[in-house]
Amino acid sequence: MTAAAPRNARRPHATGASDARIWTRLQPFVATALVLGLIGIPLWLVVATAGKSQGEALNPDLSLPDNWQLFENLRQVWVDGEVPAAFLGSLLVVVPTVAGVLTFGSMAAWILARRATRLNAVLYALGISGIVLPPAVVTVVLLLRQLGLAGSAVGMIGVYMGIYMSTVIFFVTGFVRTIPTSLEEAAQIDGAGPFTVFRRVVLPMLRPVLATATILICLYVWNDVFYAFFVIGGRIDTLPLNLFRVASAGLYLNNWHLIFAYVVLMSLPLVIVLAVAQRKIISGITSGAVK
Amino acid sequence: MPIAEKAPVLERITPPPTPRANTKRSVASTINRRTHPMWFLAPAFAILLVFFFLPTLFNFIYAFTDWSGFKSSINPTGLDNFTQLASDGTLFRAIRITLVYAVLVALFQNLFGFALAVLLERDNRVNRIARIFFLIPVLMSALAVGYIFQALLKPEGSLNGLIGVVLGRTFDYAWLGDTTWTIVVVALIHSWKWMGLSMLIYLAGLKTIPEDILEAARIDGASRWRTFWGIKSPLLAPAVTFNVATALLGSMNGFDIVQATTGGGPARTTEILNIFIYRTFGQGLFAQATAMSLVLFLLVALLAFPVIRTLRKREEIL
Repeated sequence: MTAAAPRNARRPHATGASDARIWTRLQPFVATALVLGLIGIPLWLVVATAGKSQGEALNPDLSLPDNWQLFENLRQVWVDGEVPAAFLGSLLVVVPTVAGVLTFGSMAAWILARRATRLNAVLYALGISGIVLPPAVVTVVLLLRQLGLAGSAVGMIGVYMGIYMSTVIFFVTGFVRTIPTSLEEAAQIDGAGPFTVFRRVVLPMLRPVLATATILICLYVWNDVFYAFFVIGGRIDTLPLNLFRVASAGLYLNNWHLIFAYVVLMSLPLVIVLAVAQRKIISGITSGAVK
Repeated sequence: MPIAEKAPVLERITPPPTPRANTKRSVASTINRRTHPMWFLAPAFAILLVFFFLPTLFNFIYAFTDWSGFKSSINPTGLDNFTQLASDGTLFRAIRITLVYAVLVALFQNLFGFALAVLLERDNRVNRIARIFFLIPVLMSALAVGYIFQALLKPEGSLNGLIGVVLGRTFDYAWLGDTTWTIVVVALIHSWKWMGLSMLIYLAGLKTIPEDILEAARIDGASRWRTFWGIKSPLLAPAVTFNVATALLGSMNGFDIVQATTGGGPARTTEILNIFIYRTFGQGLFAQATAMSLVLFLLVALLAFPVIRTLRKREEIL
């Protein structure tokens, strides 16, 4: 660095600085162009096609629809795609999964972080192995049949909890280790039992990391089709499963306007959540990953 | 991920239990069986055992049977499933395609995510809005993303239309119908969906670089270019580790995007392991699907640990 400094000392001030100024001026235009090209075109294709009639949408392109019939299409998909049932089905699976995995995961993570025994080191390694290892999708079906849970919401919730428990244990254990034990100790001295300490003292402090985990797990479970195919097949409707049905059913073949109307309906809740809570979501996702 | 490594240091800070700790007050304040009971682990590990470890264990059993949808009995058959899958070339082709797909996704997703992070690093209004737009694909269902690109990339679709306008002649390349290059196109789509997440993580990494180091470099007369490669990029190593590991392992376990764009075609050239598993399961060939599921498990397990270790080691050197 010191050897290179004198040689470079003049140039950056002469050309480097003006380069930087040009770039500062240019950067907003580059950014806008990239957003329009990379995100704008695909999203416009969705909205424009969702607003067309079947004939016009046969070969989806970026042209404006002759007359917008977005709401008619949305209504048709709402009924034919059984969106209300699918929405409820998705909620029925996502909410208990997230609640369960966060509660049980952070309970376990608290102990794993605080009691550094050799057994706990082994349990921690086992507990986070699911982050990396793929779940056994085929045999889980067999197991659920043996348990009498095949095709049920309970079975699906169990499978999702098994898959994402590792993520929660990993994130929360790392976080608990950065919190000093003094507050817990104060509560213990006041005579609080472990459950009260956990609920009243530990859980509130975990809020940032639980927010991160909630966002990630909601995203994965809300959008999952792969595990849902195996576990619930056609027995419970979820939004992605119904999208797949709409898109692959012979009845809907080449009905791009309906496929994209469904995509609009399905993505809208998430996009609204993003627009409203973008700051929280962005900080939530990033705080967990890079420390 | 470095969180786990920091832990022992933190634990050392808390005072070790002294002999005097046997007084009533101190007993209450030390961490022990009463204050941190092991039964708190029970629900989480019960769920993991039943819904994760047990099915995985079953993988190692049922991959060596003739379990199928056509008969009720299940008999051990030894290595038959594997020899059959290997003899018709399916096994190694599926492994090869999965690995190629994973490597391409890891490469593209990090390239795009990194470029976007550098481009949108400064905190101003345009950049903040741009970042939100790049997050939309991350939130969308992968299935939906697949359908969007299926429409966009049809031979008579919009992308070819735009290229045709630029070239001034009709252009009708079948992006999703090429037995050599479609795997690359699908990997690009996968990277398109997830590049916003990589971008966020690289942005967070860029923010952790202390201002005084950059200031020192500026005083030493380092150019922007040199500052970038000499200082910023090595300090991004933890973000690279996280992004490469998640992209590699995530895409090896991929399904939705491939299913929605090509369904494994053309001529099964994009049939990654999970597509094969889904297809054979649908045909009632449960044991073969299980065998492939076991192959995926072993593949990920064998790759994950060396990949994460190498990336970590690189972090330490830098």
